[in-house]
Amino acid sequence: MSYLFAKKDSLILWKKNLVSFWSIYRQNTMGLIGLFILIFFALMAIFAPYLVTITTMVVDGVTQVLHPPVKGFWLGTDDLGKDIFAGVIIGSRVSLLVGVAATAISMGIGTVIGIVSGFYGKTVDAFLMRFTDVFLVIPWLPLMLVMAALLGPSLGNIILVIGITSWAGTARIIRSQTLSIKERPYVERARAIGSGDTHIMYYHILPNVFPLIFANTVLVAAIAILSETTLSFLGMGDPTQVTWGMMLHFAFSMGAVSFGAWWWLLPPGICVVLVVLSFTFIGYALDEVLNPKLRRRDQ
Amino acid sequence: MKLLEVQNMTTYYKLKEGYVRACENISLHLEQGEALGLVGESASGKTTAALSLIKLLPENAQVMGGSIRINNRDIAGASEEELRSIRWKEIAIIFQGAMNALNPVRRIGAQIVEALRIHEKMTEKEACYRAAELFEKVEIDPARVREYPHEFSGGMRQRAMIAMAIACSPKIVIGDEPTTALDVMVQAQVLQLLEQLRRERQMGMILITHDLSVVGETCDRVAVMYAGRIVESGLTETVFEKPAHPYTQALIAAFPNIEGERYLASSIPGNPPNLLYPPAGCRFHERCGQAYARCSEEEPLAVELSNRHNASCHLLQGRVRI
Repeated sequence: MSYLFAKKDSLILWKKNLVSFWSIYRQNTMGLIGLFILIFFALMAIFAPYLVTITTMVVDGVTQVLHPPVKGFWLGTDDLGKDIFAGVIIGSRVSLLVGVAATAISMGIGTVIGIVSGFYGKTVDAFLMRFTDVFLVIPWLPLMLVMAALLGPSLGNIILVIGITSWAGTARIIRSQTLSIKERPYVERARAIGSGDTHIMYYHILPNVFPLIFANTVLVAAIAILSETTLSFLGMGDPTQVTWGMMLHFAFSMGAVSFGAWWWLLPPGICVVLVVLSFTFIGYALDEVLNPKLRRRDQ
Repeated sequence: MKLLEVQNMTTYYKLKEGYVRACENISLHLEQGEALGLVGESASGKTTAALSLIKLLPENAQVMGGSIRINNRDIAGASEEELRSIRWKEIAIIFQGAMNALNPVRRIGAQIVEALRIHEKMTEKEACYRAAELFEKVEIDPARVREYPHEFSGGMRQRAMIAMAIACSPKIVIGDEPTTALDVMVQAQVLQLLEQLRRERQMGMILITHDLSVVGETCDRVAVMYAGRIVESGLTETVFEKPAHPYTQALIAAFPNIEGERYLASSIPGNPPNLLYPPAGCRFHERCGQAYARCSEEEPLAVELSNRHNASCHLLQGRVRI
């Protein structure tokens, strides 16, 4: 009778859940727009190396610096005569990578601290929450700058720095939900069947805070991408990588503004805004889908 | 053979203002295959008494004293580790309100498997097989182990809870108001199921309820609790037919009788005492129609009225068993 739990069955059920999730999600215009933008940028990031290479614009043996957009160089060139269009496309890779990786670190720390703190309460809670408070009230930008400066400018360090400066809010949210869930009767029942603390946290509390983690992840990802751009813009990024923040950094420091080179400043900026916006839209949409109280009934 | 023996168990809740004397000097015993009813009004300490048996209490509760022995194994001094192995394996609990006692985001089958795998050396597959068997035992279609709690009706959830309770073949099952949230028809089904399982498996059962008719129907013996104490205990028929303690008498009088003459069910005047500051002497004396001076001064001791029929009341002091 173990067919009851067979893999095939659970796959079908998973598909069923996904279909019902999608049928609610697709009613949300904002969510659809966000998802569309994100998929667009994700595909761009994945296929970037096959789409473009960064070339230098040379006409009659002269490097064309700060050339306005023309055919072939759709977004003109920068101060070294390099193709900005290709740069914007290549830059999406790092931005999204940092967004995903830093979010994973941030959510990991935030979830563990939140659940442990809420579940054990008392001294553990007091200690962990004061620790969280420190991270909440420290101005995150200077902290990030100091850490990035200390650790040195590399992609891994950027991810790490963003990851460990952005978990505090998540930890708070997860803790408050844990406080409510640990008082539910099924947690008492879990104790009655003889389960230990770790088991209860993993099997009973985690699945119940999961929607919250899920919705929060999307919002933290937006912040992570924005942080990466900020750090790079301020010159703390990895100088060997082309990122949107780095492009903005060079555009700013090389005087694109005074030269009126809008084709250098605007594209990376617009890309950052679009990606952050897409995450925010998806976040709102997920909140609506996962929280039935927010769901509209008139459709 | 005595499955459970409790002597003078006392449980207090610690508050800022002091101790709430939720349970004092509780003495109980349970034989194999026997059903004991624990009755009393709300907040009389029934649930605290039952949960104290396996120390499944909130953090501010303390079992202050007394001895608890399950199968001749001392519980009062057991470590958390030992307690965890005793829970569910020796004593299982059917909680009141099965909807809340089941995790809404996990399949019911998975929750039974969880209980099985903590105590028995079983593979996932074997445990699933057992869960399906248990569902058949409680008359639910075994294919429904895959469903979530919200897909079950109230009665089915309670039966699933019972399936979970008997999963590890415990020797004692505590039913904490297992039928309170159910309508009468389903209530009867659930009680019948419990009765049948108890006979089949020779389990001891403690049934916590405020419904006297449930006790009358299923329990061999009954213990009446008032304000944290057992005021009367004995065989169900004896207690129901010849209640000795004024509280038991009032409780039975407050319950409508479908047979015999029609009379207006009488309520007990007043409220149960605040157990933070319990009254001196007999805890019932403030509401007792027959109280006299001694009742507010001296705590009454249990008097054995007849075979296994005990009550704690000063009025009975002279009526020693002949």
